[in-house]
Amino acid sequence: MHETFYDVMRRQGITRRSFLKYCSLAAGALGLSPAFAPQIAHAMENKPRIPVLWLHGLECTCCSESFIRSAHPLAKDVILSMISLDYDNVIMAAAGEAAQAIIEETIEKYDGNFILAVEGNAPLGEDGMYCITAGKPFVDELTRVSQHAKAIISWGSCASWGCVQAARPNPTRATPTHKIPGIADKPIIKVPGCPPISEVMTAVITYMLTFEKLPELDNQGRPKMFYSQRIHDKCYRRGHFDAGQFVEKFDDEGAKKGYCLYKVGCKGPTTYNACSTIRWNGGLSFPIQAGHPCIGCSEDGFWDKGGFYERLSDIKGFGIEANADEIGKTAALIVGGAVAVHAGASVIKRIASKGDDA
Amino acid sequence: MSDVSKTKQEAVYVYQAPIRIWHWVQAFAILALGITGYLIGSPPPSLGGEASDYYLFGWIRYIHFVAAYITVIGFVFRIYWAFVGNSHAREIFLPPVWRPRFWVGVWHEILWYAMLVKEPRKYEGHNPLAVLAMHFMYVWGITFMIITGFSMYGESTGFGTWQHTYFTTWVNPLFGQSQDVHTWHHIGMWVIIVFVMIHVYVAVREDIMSRQSIISSMISGWRQFKDDRPADKD
Repeated sequence: MHETFYDVMRRQGITRRSFLKYCSLAAGALGLSPAFAPQIAHAMENKPRIPVLWLHGLECTCCSESFIRSAHPLAKDVILSMISLDYDNVIMAAAGEAAQAIIEETIEKYDGNFILAVEGNAPLGEDGMYCITAGKPFVDELTRVSQHAKAIISWGSCASWGCVQAARPNPTRATPTHKIPGIADKPIIKVPGCPPISEVMTAVITYMLTFEKLPELDNQGRPKMFYSQRIHDKCYRRGHFDAGQFVEKFDDEGAKKGYCLYKVGCKGPTTYNACSTIRWNGGLSFPIQAGHPCIGCSEDGFWDKGGFYERLSDIKGFGIEANADEIGKTAALIVGGAVAVHAGASVIKRIASKGDDA
Repeated sequence: MSDVSKTKQEAVYVYQAPIRIWHWVQAFAILALGITGYLIGSPPPSLGGEASDYYLFGWIRYIHFVAAYITVIGFVFRIYWAFVGNSHAREIFLPPVWRPRFWVGVWHEILWYAMLVKEPRKYEGHNPLAVLAMHFMYVWGITFMIITGFSMYGESTGFGTWQHTYFTTWVNPLFGQSQDVHTWHHIGMWVIIVFVMIHVYVAVREDIMSRQSIISSMISGWRQFKDDRPADKD
């Protein structure tokens, strides 16, 4: 039997006091009452670690970079030991055939009981030849391993939505996990973001281990506890938004005073994520706090909406790219012109017909 | 108006009082929605000073939401009145597209607007082309705006509220994401603006050039005719 989390932590020299502190913090991060801390501690003392296979497709490794920086006091030591991260080709020491053998071994030993974490996505173009792992198309490995998994975690916007490699015209046909033909009919948890917040990633895993069930998901498959509110709803600059105080350009007085970034394209009002509450790098800051508009990196299609610094999105299909106002004003102008011409013609006609009557 | 001075066929009561009230309430609501909606997409110049001194953008959004609720309640009432009101109250909801006669009427109106026929037909209610425009640009346009509007409103009211449950949960994925819903709602605004432009122009023009009263009818309810020949149906 696998070691429990507690065994691993003790083995790594973590005191029981630190362990209990971690459990309370984990309860807090999951939005549970302090009463749940003992439950988390109990789970960690008694439950075997769940094996995780972490596969990498077309991606930039930012999810891994974020994950290993989880600033939770013990996270960087604990989370990696807490799950039995059997395979993760980015951070594992093994390589080559020895590494690939681990996948087979895990499938054999824990068939239907391990978690498949996917970072990046699979390109379907040219039979998947745009992404090769261990000499085979990644899409084949992904679909095969998915058949044996208990659940699938789609890390980041790549696995959840497609992200920049799926941007128009998507030459490699990069496809998010849930849309890949042949992917097993297993629960898929989307944890979007480019990258997702580290504490969100670790908390999703902690929840699954502690309660032995998936966190509650919204109808698009995202954990509700982190993706049920917009950046905007908890933004500390919201007061400036309601007041009508905006940054007009990045070097103006408003920017210095920390006004709302809405007019320079902030996607906070349309982005579901926890950045404005959990923040980044141990709660240090998040883009808006640093004076940069949210680009909406956890939303589907954020990469194809035109400039990050524009309030209104580009709309494709008009030959040139235009936003709703440009299209609307053009249409209104054409109709207005037509009305004027028509009115003029009507007047002429009327005068002419009056002449007839007379 | 040489022929107006001659005797008229008796006037017909077309627009019942609730329809007339609804029409003008809707007109002013659309005006408020259009102005505030445009400003939500392109906010007015930034204000300086303390945030606590102002609530400008808050008021702009508030007016938008109030006018939106007035529109929704009015539209629901308008649908109700299509059932209980007179036959003209149903015109814009059910264009009789299955009747060839209707399309002949549409064609005739197109010719009339293209100035290729000397005289328009005479209608008690809307002419067939107007029915089509009302149906597709107004009825479906405003329905689209109500659905996308509630979807975005539900994002503010949040998970578990009826706006979120009945609109946001399915509208956001349908369009892609929230930003797409905003973009389409914005395009919808321009469709309504174009509709209003045509509607106002045509109403003025028809008032002068057609064979029946238009603008005064939406105030008094009575359709007056400028000649004695029988009205066309459909």
